[in-house]
Amino acid sequence: MRLEVGNILINDIQFGDRTEVKAGVLFVNREELAQVTGDDDRIASVEIYLAKPGEEIRIIPVKDVIEPRIKVSGKGGIFPGLISKVDTVGEGRTHVLKGAAVVTTGRIVGFQEGLIDMAGPGAEYTPFSKTMNVVLKVEPAEGLHQHEHERVVRLAGLRAAEYLGRAGQSVEPDSVEVYETKPLLEQVKEYPDLPKVVYVYMLITQGLLHDTYFYGVDAKQIIPTFVYPTEVMDGAVVSGNCVSACDKNLTYIHQNNPVIQDLYERHGKDLNFIGCVITNENVTLADKERSSNMTAKLVEFLGADGAIISEEGFGNPDTDMIMNCYKIEEKGIKTVLITDEYAGRDGASQSLADSTEKGDAVVSTGNANEIIKLPPMKTVIGYPEATDIIAGGSDGSLGEDGSITAEIQIIIGSTNELGYGLLTAKGR
Amino acid sequence: MTIRIVHYINQFFAGIGGEEKADHRPEVREGAVGPGIAFQQAFGEEAEIVATVICGDTYFNENIAAATDEVIGMMENYRPDLVICGPAFNAGRYGIACGAVAEAVVDRLVIPAVSGMYPENPGVDMYKKAVYIIETSNSAAGMRKAVAPMVRLALKLARGEKTGSPEEEGYIPRGIRQNQFAAERGSKRAVEMLLKKLKGEEYTTEYQMPVFDRVTPGAAVKDIKKAKIALVSSGGPVPKGNPDRIESSSASKFGRYSLQGIDDLNPENSETAHGGYDPVYANEDLDRVLPVDVLKEMEKAGEIGSLHEYWYATVGNGTSVANARRFAVEIVKELTAAGVDAVILTST
Repeated sequence: MRLEVGNILINDIQFGDRTEVKAGVLFVNREELAQVTGDDDRIASVEIYLAKPGEEIRIIPVKDVIEPRIKVSGKGGIFPGLISKVDTVGEGRTHVLKGAAVVTTGRIVGFQEGLIDMAGPGAEYTPFSKTMNVVLKVEPAEGLHQHEHERVVRLAGLRAAEYLGRAGQSVEPDSVEVYETKPLLEQVKEYPDLPKVVYVYMLITQGLLHDTYFYGVDAKQIIPTFVYPTEVMDGAVVSGNCVSACDKNLTYIHQNNPVIQDLYERHGKDLNFIGCVITNENVTLADKERSSNMTAKLVEFLGADGAIISEEGFGNPDTDMIMNCYKIEEKGIKTVLITDEYAGRDGASQSLADSTEKGDAVVSTGNANEIIKLPPMKTVIGYPEATDIIAGGSDGSLGEDGSITAEIQIIIGSTNELGYGLLTAKGR
Repeated sequence: MTIRIVHYINQFFAGIGGEEKADHRPEVREGAVGPGIAFQQAFGEEAEIVATVICGDTYFNENIAAATDEVIGMMENYRPDLVICGPAFNAGRYGIACGAVAEAVVDRLVIPAVSGMYPENPGVDMYKKAVYIIETSNSAAGMRKAVAPMVRLALKLARGEKTGSPEEEGYIPRGIRQNQFAAERGSKRAVEMLLKKLKGEEYTTEYQMPVFDRVTPGAAVKDIKKAKIALVSSGGPVPKGNPDRIESSSASKFGRYSLQGIDDLNPENSETAHGGYDPVYANEDLDRVLPVDVLKEMEKAGEIGSLHEYWYATVGNGTSVANARRFAVEIVKELTAAGVDAVILTST
């Protein structure tokens, strides 16, 4: 598959009469966006805010962050199976409003959603303090069951992202990147002397609002399968995850999967990037065994010399990552794992819930339990009282002045396990 | 201002005596004593060892709470800025004493402490999180090499300077994870690590997986009525008088003892050597730790094939994993040669 990604650089967002992109500024027609976002009987109201880098704004609780994109040519539309039809995507041309982001918020579960600080010490820990954010506060209709509530807000965010992305459809991008992965045998032939690398892309699928969607299918129900890296760039993988803000893979991060980006960077130079194997993290032992067996089988079948394995979540899914690791290593294929750590507030506890001596190459994206003190922000978009029950917080985390003392676990993307950020942990 | 240091050492390094003086109670002397002299030389004008606190390893280990109180009390009087303990090399009870004192110093005097130990010293696993322990060789022959890194780290800590990585400073990794921002994002570091691994080049993992020692359970005994059973214990059951002088903690040996003429353990023929539990009930009737009486009855009644004529014992109090493994290998050799089918292993 060959995909051209046209990046339209956005360096400001403003409300305007028409939703359009002009000279790097995204203008947003507030009413229209609210209409598109709220186009669902189960939504009572939609409020829209803008949050820009450096402003003293706190957004809490954050459900998802999505990048505005639009398919310009090639089969299908963005977010297939959810707001577009199920056509296979990843080919042709896609435009991206680079530097803009849709942030959905609202009291889904209250629990574990996380926050984004646009300024202050917390801003260092999230990539979304650097994006121009269009923030959507989506209020559900009365009596909506939790699972439906999640789905409603998820779809609303995707609709909004596509609506905004559409503003870039006819705009000449500032740069165009070309990504290409050929069918296996051709790909192998293209760089016969380079080591073949497969990316094992683990998706959280623990149920109870910790889910991921692949072409609209609940990934709890998939069998590990091959995915072209470019499919992910068109939104084939979407987050339905409401757990630990620090390491949930926001849809934005799926769309901009840094492992895929960095593997393509070296593709044809020191490695032959064969493609991705997506797999899940179900909670039963049988499912874990089945998925890891099949992942290892598929990775070997693809002829991989090496594999990068990224996890999503922590604790229970550590076991899936460990199984994937040793089963792939047992086939003589070299692995590198990317994971965060839960080493306790003093950093002295065991970081992972499981272990294998074959896991000898690990990239750490930081200890999620480290405490941080966040100053109060002038404006809070959302529900500040959510802090006290957010994972990583505890009673008393919210100070009277609006300051927050809690684990970095509560900051969106702080320990992202696709390696999107710079945070790591060292042994002392 | 010169940094004030108090040095903690044991009876051996103070020149008081060896094992026979290990019950020496805490005492304090002005200035540097024994290895403290080498430390003082290395400190030069930067720091002064104002006092040395000395305590026997046996006394300390058998009275940890009281001894710690006494030692800390003595140190307090000298208003130290930092405390140095040891180095203990591979001496287990000394390592545990050094670790306990250093931890108490950090907690109660709220000043830094530095020790030095061989990585297998049981004091390391017990105290490395609380205290900086410089890695040393396994005997006092390594004293000279231990002094310099201990002095360097001590000065840094006393001055409140930032400490480097374990590799840079020479201390045994404490198993503490600390966040920092890297120069490149995680995904890029992962790709680079994989490329190195594929090329067979050296790379450094950012997180070391803990390794768990897995023991596959043996098969069940097919016919217990025909089996030869042996008794082995880490609960410290020894003949009266502890003839082999098995240490009350950090045991350096195990013993093999004859059950000839013994149908029952009692205060006349046996005692416990273990310093890690209240010995009163064990000393009243050691069958509570090593069930000789019951097994002798079962043997007479034909419920087991036979009871092996020897029992094996050591003290599992602060015993290093390496030593425990070593004892087991030797014991198993003898048991196998004697045709033993199964072992009852008691612990405390």
